[in-house]
Amino acid sequence: MTGGATQEAPVGLTIRGGTKVYPGTVALKSVDFDLRMGAVNVLVGENGAGKSTMMKVIAGVERLTEGVIEMDGEAVDFHSTDDAVRRGIGIVHQELNLFPDLSVSDNIFMGRERRRFGVDIDRAEQRRLTREIMRRLEHDIDPDTPVADLRVGQQQIVEIAKSLAQDARILILDEPTSALSAAEVEILFRVIDELRRDGVGLVYISHRLEELIRIGDYITVLRDGHITGARSMEGVDVAWIVRNMIGEASKTYAKAEEHELGEPVLHLQDVTLPRNGGGLAVDHVSLSVRKGEILGIYGLMGAGRSELLECIIGRHAHAGGTIEVDGDRIDGRSVAGRIKRGIALIPEDRKTDGLIQIASIRENMTLSSLRDFTRGFHMNLATEKGRVRDFVKRMTIKIASPENPVASLSGGNQQKVVIAKALMTEPKVLLMDEPSRGIDIGAKAEVFRVMRKLARDGLGIVFVTSDLEEVMSLSDRILVMSEGRVTGEFDRHDATDTALIRASAPASAERHLTTSEEEPV
Amino acid sequence: MSTSTADLPDQNAASGSALLLLLKARTFIALIVVFVFFSAMAPNFLSAANMVIMSKHVALNAILAIGMTFVIISGGIDLSVGSIVGLTGMVAGFLVLNGIDLGMGWAIRFNTLEICLIVALVGILVGAINGFLITKLNVAPFIATLGTLYVARGLAMLSSDGRTFPNLGGSEEWGTESFRAIGSGAFLGIPVSIWMLIVTGLVAAYIARRTPLGRYIYAVGGNERGAALSGVKVDQIKFFVYMFSGLCAALVGLIITSQLVAAHPATGETFELNAIAAAVLGGTSMSGGRGRIGGTIVGAFVIGVLSDGLVMMGVSAFWQTVIKGLVIIAAVVVDQAQQRLQARVALQAQGALGK
Repeated sequence: MTGGATQEAPVGLTIRGGTKVYPGTVALKSVDFDLRMGAVNVLVGENGAGKSTMMKVIAGVERLTEGVIEMDGEAVDFHSTDDAVRRGIGIVHQELNLFPDLSVSDNIFMGRERRRFGVDIDRAEQRRLTREIMRRLEHDIDPDTPVADLRVGQQQIVEIAKSLAQDARILILDEPTSALSAAEVEILFRVIDELRRDGVGLVYISHRLEELIRIGDYITVLRDGHITGARSMEGVDVAWIVRNMIGEASKTYAKAEEHELGEPVLHLQDVTLPRNGGGLAVDHVSLSVRKGEILGIYGLMGAGRSELLECIIGRHAHAGGTIEVDGDRIDGRSVAGRIKRGIALIPEDRKTDGLIQIASIRENMTLSSLRDFTRGFHMNLATEKGRVRDFVKRMTIKIASPENPVASLSGGNQQKVVIAKALMTEPKVLLMDEPSRGIDIGAKAEVFRVMRKLARDGLGIVFVTSDLEEVMSLSDRILVMSEGRVTGEFDRHDATDTALIRASAPASAERHLTTSEEEPV
Repeated sequence: MSTSTADLPDQNAASGSALLLLLKARTFIALIVVFVFFSAMAPNFLSAANMVIMSKHVALNAILAIGMTFVIISGGIDLSVGSIVGLTGMVAGFLVLNGIDLGMGWAIRFNTLEICLIVALVGILVGAINGFLITKLNVAPFIATLGTLYVARGLAMLSSDGRTFPNLGGSEEWGTESFRAIGSGAFLGIPVSIWMLIVTGLVAAYIARRTPLGRYIYAVGGNERGAALSGVKVDQIKFFVYMFSGLCAALVGLIITSQLVAAHPATGETFELNAIAAAVLGGTSMSGGRGRIGGTIVGAFVIGVLSDGLVMMGVSAFWQTVIKGLVIIAAVVVDQAQQRLQARVALQAQGALGK
């Protein structure tokens, strides 16, 4: 970082000797960090490496135990996020911090309402500004929609809009693309370019390495609270990042292995789901999965992928169409019934759908399969413990004790608990909605390895993702969805980035397509 | 309790878990503290007679609180229990005094066992109505049970035009002379109502710890969406907790009616608040997903011993109310401290693993 080339962007904020101690762990160990203005400062590291902690310190969410933060040569001490906001620092957190029952514009202006005479909220003005920001983000989201009605990807857009509305000089984006699809990422990158030209200092955290290399100007790699590499992005490649991140040779995804596919295990015919406010969220989808096959479903946010999986697991009582497992039609609508018939779902949102945060790891894991060790109504707790121990070992989940709350685990380990819960029901079909969302490379590779192994053991797997690389490297077959319909089907061998992106573009958003065609991700 | 809140920033994991153990047992410690305090301050507090009277008082609240604990763990609240006590008490009183008139001069009279069953069914029915409103009609638990609170109380008043059913001594002719035994009888020297508490408590604790039903109650309260997606039949679980709470209230209605040998329609007013207080004191989280039957029973004893002890010391009723309130608030404050510490100890253990 002492390179000091003359064309380097000015430093807007520095941390010197930053140390942050949490009870029991040291999250940051004496880090020196320069945040450059008019540039994208990329931050990368495995989960728990200290990226989020460092950003929380900058955004005033946490305070350094030791060390100083300087802005424009003077030391600053942020006691709260308000202090940071006053200095022009905005942050888009990895976890969404929105008020689900309030409208989009209310959320965007929360705490900074436009007011007439200092009292009365000027809703018309807020609505106008919201529309403006949404136009800039190229999203057609009505300012009056309650946030709860939006998909996770759209909510992330609102979160980004929130910090854009602050006119921040320093903007921190913590995994902003984890729920966005390729086309949406393109839009975001255009907005980032714009901000960079305006002289805003951006910090960009992501697990998607290609994305980082593409968008970043400067890169900082963290490992175990240390900065292991910091330089300008020129000449940086994935191998360099990974080497600094994990300190060893690159971990690659499990290679696709050829194995025989069996009989069709899951068959859908004309599955439909009405959307709130008219139209169909899932529009006559028919598909079939064979034993041992991994079927990847790629598509944009809101393409109806998650809804399709939810129809299969029986969450929506008013869904239409027929579902067959092993050739037998399933009539019951209850989730419990479908689980019994051999379907299991790993939901997109671990926090709200996948886990019971305050319950223990053990209770979470066995929740779907309590009947397996219950006689009459008496549970055999010893058997339960044994099974949990088994799966912890099988899935290599790192835990101190199965009695600890599941919330104490890292994202990757939490995801493994969710997968273990699904596997304990001994499913024939496993539905996985964004199985790698918000987990680090190491855990990701492990999750993928588990998926491969399950497929080899004869499970039919349907997984949904917005990550092109993931869908290409894991799937035996790829379906693309757009606007609730299946718009493309590809064999692993003849799928290309461009073809997938083309198929995923909704008819109503042709303009997104043009950029994607020129520059496939 | 104040000593346990001391802040020890640089403690190691061992002293952390020792403190945690202390915090976990806080309600029990509080019970011992009030017990020792009143033994020293109030004469006759430790006499056998006083113990029996006190436990009889506690039993009523404790039984209600057990039902309430399940409801709160499932993420709901049941405000109607006090009114169910009143209504079921009136039903019991009516059935002891009269039979059901079939017209043409015929009437069915019931013996004690049948009366108990009918009263229990009435309680379960009101609970089922709560469950129906909450699951099928999507009414918020607070509002649904507030509604049934008024309706049940009104029905209790209507049943006698607001008058008391007196002299429920029962008669040998109809097989109801044993009705009084529920409130005043004893088995092996222990009052029947205490036995009922013991049985209810054991059954509830068994359900909570050793049955899938219990696990599901916690799951629904912890994360309803997550539980539903894991295959938990959320509606059934909710029906169960409200029906169980109704049953507990009916038991209390029976006990009170029998103890007083009379049924008054205003019986049980504000009982729901005492039940909630006992559950919270025992460590039940109002946001659901967390709580223990044993804790609730100890909580009910703390409240009961406290109020009876204060009466014996001659403390004014007004001060008693203030003290009860302060104890409840203190309990929740300490509970928060425990949660934080618990999370920290778990994180520490997890963190140690990562190294």
